[in-house]
Amino acid sequence: MKRLLNTLILLSLPFGVFAGGGVKLQSADFDLSDKSSLQRGAKHFVTYCLGCHSAKHIRYLRIALDFDIEKDKVLKDIAPEGANIYDKMNSAMNAHDAEKWFGIMPPDLSLISRSRGPDWLYSYLKGFYSDSSKPLGVNNVVFPDVGMPNVLWQLQGEQKPVFKKDGDQQVIDKLVTEIPGQLPEKDFDRMINDLVNFLVYVGEPGQLERRSMGKYVLFFIFMIFILAYLLKREYWKDIH
Amino acid sequence: MNIEGVDKSKRQFLTSALTVVGAVGTGYIAVPFLAQMQPSTKAMAAGAPVTVDISKMEPGQLIRVAWRGKPVWLLNRTPEVLETLKTLDDQLRDPQSSESIQPVYTKNPTRALKPEIFVAVGLCTHLGCSPTFRPEIAPADLGPDWKGGFFCPCHGSWFDLAGRVFRGVPAPTNLEIPPYRYISETQIIIGEDTVETSV
Amino acid sequence: MKTNRWTDCGNWVLDRFPLTKFWNEHMAHYYAPKNFNFWYFFGSLALLVLVNQFVTGILLTMNYKPDAKLAFDSVEYIMREVHWGWLIRYMHSTGASAFFIVIYLHMFRGLLYGSFKQPRELIWIFGMLLFVALMAEAFMGYLLPWGQMSYWGAQVIISLFSAIPVVGEELSLWIRGDYVVSDATLNRFFAFHVIAVPLVLVLLVLLHIIALHEVGSNNPDGIDIKKHKDANGIPLDGIPFHPYYTVKDLVGYAVFMFFFAVVIFYMPELGGFFLEHANFIPADPLKTPEHIAPVWYFTPFYAILRAVPDKFAGVIAMGGSIVVLFLLPWLDRSEVRSIRYRGGIYKKALLLFVISFIGLGYLGTQPATPSATAVARVLTAIYFGFFLLMPIYTRWEKTKPVPDRLTEQPSLEDRIPDLVETFNEVTVKTEGKSGLFSRKLNYQGLSAVSIRFLKRIKGSLD
Repeated sequence: MKRLLNTLILLSLPFGVFAGGGVKLQSADFDLSDKSSLQRGAKHFVTYCLGCHSAKHIRYLRIALDFDIEKDKVLKDIAPEGANIYDKMNSAMNAHDAEKWFGIMPPDLSLISRSRGPDWLYSYLKGFYSDSSKPLGVNNVVFPDVGMPNVLWQLQGEQKPVFKKDGDQQVIDKLVTEIPGQLPEKDFDRMINDLVNFLVYVGEPGQLERRSMGKYVLFFIFMIFILAYLLKREYWKDIH
Repeated sequence: MNIEGVDKSKRQFLTSALTVVGAVGTGYIAVPFLAQMQPSTKAMAAGAPVTVDISKMEPGQLIRVAWRGKPVWLLNRTPEVLETLKTLDDQLRDPQSSESIQPVYTKNPTRALKPEIFVAVGLCTHLGCSPTFRPEIAPADLGPDWKGGFFCPCHGSWFDLAGRVFRGVPAPTNLEIPPYRYISETQIIIGEDTVETSV
Repeated sequence: MKTNRWTDCGNWVLDRFPLTKFWNEHMAHYYAPKNFNFWYFFGSLALLVLVNQFVTGILLTMNYKPDAKLAFDSVEYIMREVHWGWLIRYMHSTGASAFFIVIYLHMFRGLLYGSFKQPRELIWIFGMLLFVALMAEAFMGYLLPWGQMSYWGAQVIISLFSAIPVVGEELSLWIRGDYVVSDATLNRFFAFHVIAVPLVLVLLVLLHIIALHEVGSNNPDGIDIKKHKDANGIPLDGIPFHPYYTVKDLVGYAVFMFFFAVVIFYMPELGGFFLEHANFIPADPLKTPEHIAPVWYFTPFYAILRAVPDKFAGVIAMGGSIVVLFLLPWLDRSEVRSIRYRGGIYKKALLLFVISFIGLGYLGTQPATPSATAVARVLTAIYFGFFLLMPIYTRWEKTKPVPDRLTEQPSLEDRIPDLVETFNEVTVKTEGKSGLFSRKLNYQGLSAVSIRFLKRIKGSLD
């Protein structure tokens, strides 16, 4: 039954619906039911992203409840200093400063997984490369001319693009590591997957509960269908 | 249309079975629809417990804080006030606080965890106005019998400095006391008991 | 008869209110043809979906904030912090798309069996008015989440009104209440979506059903069952709506609810068709998304709009594609109602119409490249051709003799042995596995069955 449903789900996704302007995306590999991965992802988010990006639609309380962690532990390990358990994941950055420094307020990331998709996010976070022509020194293969710096450059290292010819244009074929970072690639990938996992969770915190509830609802409706059908057949014996 | 040979009992059974299952299903769907109206997390967050620092309170001082949208008073009661409280019992409607709403640990003569600090919801039990704080003895407008207390200007109810209501005034019960506890010597948290009653 | 308090109470009401009369006239003694098939479920399903939209809509209104600064966040508030808010939201969004699937199939039934023909033209008119009202309701409802697609979709469609000569600009300004889609627009669309148009919808549904009950239902054979009545004046081929069709509609409801639940619990976005990805970004008047497309159920008409090179002519064409549906009862010159007895030309024309509608729908979701536009133009011509050439090809085509009494068609249960046989032909048993997955696809069997099936389709088109 699960395979059938998975097939149905796959069939319902028109391919390339999340495509980032024709760039081939790498597949993220995450499991929403893996609570430890979600916890690590939450911590990464607070450490590396919350400085500029808010996730204002999620409260620390919700994280405590959904990840099965004590409220005090969330406040100590995950949330920034001085946060209240009811607080939303707001960023310290204000719009005025952001516009001065970056030209634009970094967007709230609560729903980024629903508008961009997990594969895009994964490829984006891994897709930074050195580009001396850009003000921040980096560019991104999935989001050209992005205004965001590569926050994770120390962990990932620096990548450079390898070009290939497509018609009469030079396009990026792939990225290769120029200067290795603190994390080996496997660990960096795992970190990004944890982060993407967390962002997918933040996009819709109730999705695990929703999917697990589905089978009971479908079973119940199926019971009603059987009874209704038997009743219909019984009455329609009259009709010829 | 052929009516002969109709299996009435089978129809009856199936109809009843379907009705029962349908009713259960209607109940299942009604639960989320009705639960939807319960206070959301936002309302719970807004109604979260409030921490108050009482270290700088002067004797006789009243602090007002907001909890769940209601005014909550913290009053630093002097020894004289505590003495006066003992003399008022025959003028009060409910001196033992058997009718009023308060946590079990404040059902005592001073209606407080520690007698020096009185905590109460600052809303008259008549129709919900917020009474004025009148600690002075026998002011001109309230007469010689006033020994210090809370006076509600809307309909003239009198409460003593333990929030107990006097006889012959419109308010029916003593002031409500919220759940609270001492986090430390200098900090009280309003809205939380010794047993954690949070979300 | 032994009376008790309950029957006394009941009689008190019945003496003052025509409940029994109503029940008899419209349910217990409303005689419907006994051969209603699959296509006849969609009317009552539409009623179920309408009730769903009403109930979930009211619950959403309890927490939604119709203010440009607050709307988007209030929807997320409902999704995350209101108890079961996510369920109510998904029921409402899935219900909106389900409504259009049901209505398009309901209208198609009309095309199949000639339900729009005399004396049911007024039912069809009320139905078309319902369709227009439903489109307005959906369009205005879609602005309310105040996402990027909400905002820009509304901006594009309302600016179409400015294409109308002389009054266009003023009209757009009046609709919007501002120079661009803004808080003013959101507020008035909220008022329309929540109360004004729903009242119109309920009124039109009543008129639609009353008009239907006045003349009686059509049927898949397209013949008039009132022509042959028994001694009591009851049509020989008629059966009381209650209990036969009430009980059959319950089965339909259960099947519908099953698929409804599959979507809500497992794929509420349906790949971006039911809930569009761009709508998870708050509306930004300064930044247009890469592809603006209306929601899937509007895409056929959107494709027609884009197919025409001139802005105003495009608007006329789009409007015309709906107007032409209103005229259907008078465009069809055939004496025959049901497709079962029509000539091959109408059948092929209807097939072409379906292809054009679905094709236009698909093209409406895609960017307007030159080649896509060329195809859209051909399909638009076919769409209009189906209607505008109808007076000609329906008048002169050779129809089959129409029976006097309803014909007996095999039911789903009767077809089960055939289906099993076909399934066995198309699959082959594999060793090692068991249960549902024990059979593998047999390509030879599949091609044989497909060829037979295609031959049958070709035959049915003559």
